[in-house]
Amino acid sequence: MRVVAAMSGGVDSAVAAALAVEAGHQVTGVHLALSQHRQQLRSGSRGCCSVEDADDARRVAAELGIPFYVWDMADRFAEDVVDDFVAEYAAGRTPNPCLRCNEKIKFAAVLDRAQALGFDAVVTGHHARLADGELRRSVDVAKDQSYVLGVLTARQLAGAVFPLGSMTKERVRAIAAERSYAVATKPDSHDICFIPDGDTRGFLDRRLGAAPGPVVDAATGSVVGEHSGTHGFTVGQRKGLGITTGDQRPRYVLGIEPVSRTVTVGTADLAGVDEVGTGAPTWTGAVPALPFDAAVQLRAHGAAVPCSVTGDGDGGLVLTLHEVQRGVAPGQSAVLYEPDAERGDRVLGQAAVARAARRAPVA
Amino acid sequence: MTYLDHAATTPMLPEAVAAMTEQLARVGNASSLHASGREARRTAEQSRERLAAALGARPSEVLFTGGGTESDNLAVKGMFWARRDADPRRTRVVVSPAEHHAVLDSVEWLVEHDGAEVTWLDVDPTGAVTADALAEALGDGSDVAVASVMWANNEIGAVSDLAALAAVAHAVGVPLHTDAVQAVGQVPVDVAASGVDALTMTGHKLGGPMGAGVLVLRRDAECTPLLHGGGQERDVRSGTLDVAAIVGLAVATTASVASRTERAARVAALRDRLVAGVVERVPDVQLNGPPLDAVVAGGPGRLPGNAHLSFPGAEGDALLMLLDANGIECSTGSACSAGVARPSHVLLAAGADPERARSSLRFSLGHTSTGADVDAVLDVIGPVVERARRAGLGRRSA
Ligand SMILES: Cc1ncc(COP(=O)(O)O)c(C=O)c1O
Repeated sequence: MRVVAAMSGGVDSAVAAALAVEAGHQVTGVHLALSQHRQQLRSGSRGCCSVEDADDARRVAAELGIPFYVWDMADRFAEDVVDDFVAEYAAGRTPNPCLRCNEKIKFAAVLDRAQALGFDAVVTGHHARLADGELRRSVDVAKDQSYVLGVLTARQLAGAVFPLGSMTKERVRAIAAERSYAVATKPDSHDICFIPDGDTRGFLDRRLGAAPGPVVDAATGSVVGEHSGTHGFTVGQRKGLGITTGDQRPRYVLGIEPVSRTVTVGTADLAGVDEVGTGAPTWTGAVPALPFDAAVQLRAHGAAVPCSVTGDGDGGLVLTLHEVQRGVAPGQSAVLYEPDAERGDRVLGQAAVARAARRAPVA
Repeated sequence: MTYLDHAATTPMLPEAVAAMTEQLARVGNASSLHASGREARRTAEQSRERLAAALGARPSEVLFTGGGTESDNLAVKGMFWARRDADPRRTRVVVSPAEHHAVLDSVEWLVEHDGAEVTWLDVDPTGAVTADALAEALGDGSDVAVASVMWANNEIGAVSDLAALAAVAHAVGVPLHTDAVQAVGQVPVDVAASGVDALTMTGHKLGGPMGAGVLVLRRDAECTPLLHGGGQERDVRSGTLDVAAIVGLAVATTASVASRTERAARVAALRDRLVAGVVERVPDVQLNGPPLDAVVAGGPGRLPGNAHLSFPGAEGDALLMLLDANGIECSTGSACSAGVARPSHVLLAAGADPERARSSLRFSLGHTSTGADVDAVLDVIGPVVERARRAGLGRRSA
């Protein structure tokens, strides 16, 4: 195949590109310039957007003897990922920008351009297994990234290659070290790449401005605090609420209402939900017949729980959770898996959480 | 491999390689007082004389530098400092917006850090600067520290009439610097005849080594040094002379200037065939810069090896990548920041819309170019443009 290897400058994409070359593909390395104001040097653990990161990627491509180019996707990224991120917070939801980037940039803008230019697929260093059109969790469950890929459609997956899904992160680093890549020991990136100082709240404050409002206790209806903007909160959040209540029991964010700028908090017993309503789903393969049973993962770093899936009659899904979950935030993706201990849980599809509730307790 | 990026750098001439290699084996610091030092100094001075002869300058006006970027920085900043120090009212720099970044960014640095003001010259639609435009920008010249206009543009090949520009500048007492990096060896360049006060050239664009260049600085031109130290090069540019590079630079410049007429004719004919062939295969292609047969001051009005083309609906960097995959090396002609292609500031300065600027490619032919190189491009350009157009200009597909 003729493939584009998306090379961020990190160790994963470097090894993915190397494995694609060794598998006999005709590989062209491409670094995506996603930031409109690129820093010369990387700061902290933000590993993809500086000129230094581009140079790291170029260095590996040179060792591999493959052509290398930088594709400027900064405008698309600003519009489809950063602006979306801000708008979602403004609407009281909690977005996942990595998922959005995969959906709109890597496996849309980049894949489309690559295919138009005569390439068959895009290779990335994501930790997930992809074979016969089936997307599955990585063997390295701790590093698994299938959640942020759950939004890809069958057509997008047909143009994707993930060479790292069957190996651990340790093994990836070992491969890089064997080949003497300088990036072998480069730290993992784990912050949002477009927030250079890691201060998400500060970033949102700058973009959205202060919009103060009350923090209300769900049980009593009384105002227990003030906040400077609903964008500082996520459903399920417990720390940093800045409230005073009469008792010592911890409170959790239960809801965010951006119009009245009200943040509702409540005790743990109120924070649990077991029914989740979603927007329209996307599927990684054939559309499954409803209803069916699956496992659902409701945030990037969470365990999957068993659930039953039905339609809501309006294009969305209703997920009945078999275990009560806390911190199910609107805007997050509910990724549905078919459990498979042997070959890795298979991703069926996903839908964005629209609302979550507690069914009436069964007597 | 079809190398059509001679404006980025051109292969070294074998005689320059030979002369440099020989010199590399010799010991001697040109500033030392003993026999080895004297011998190194003699070699450097011979080279200086040969360069002066090739450029129409006096040997004492030839200052060795580390290349075009350094010469541009030294001329722009050094002349600004010297002239402003002599008269604090002189804070203005008059410069063309189509200059190389070595000039542009030097000027912008002076504006940001040193109280300079800049007046951007009007550039005509071909990319050249006219004497009228310079006269208007200079005014009575009393507040101008220095003016800088490139002899030939590296992207779209436009040649300006430096003699006419120097006359206009001198009429109001303003010194004129010119970046002639792309001009030397391609079009007639004579420092004395042109009257310019300072001229930048570099080795690697004409068959010499990288990292070796010259600032020709008239004896009466004031210039404050950037590099302080041992006082070499009239105290304007300190640093131990790189004698081997200087020898290579002098040999290449002499050879390039001597062979110019014959080579320029040959290269221009190849270039003309390339452009005609592309037009045949891609009828809506647009030529940027001056007409192929333009004349300025009785000489070529366009660099003989330059073909700068816009392919509507295709992105320059997609075209570049597809040609590269076919073994054809060219450039999008625009300055890259860490590999990110930006729409050419030169085309924008010449009045092109950003889309035309983003869809452009520069083919630059040089001394090793052959008819086979032209054929190689013509063989693939049709399908390559078609393919790049399918990928579009990065616009979202509704
Ligand atoms: C017009 C012009 N000026 C200056 C330079 C810089 O010269 P050098 O590469 O020797 O620093 C170049 C070449 O890159 C050029 O084309």
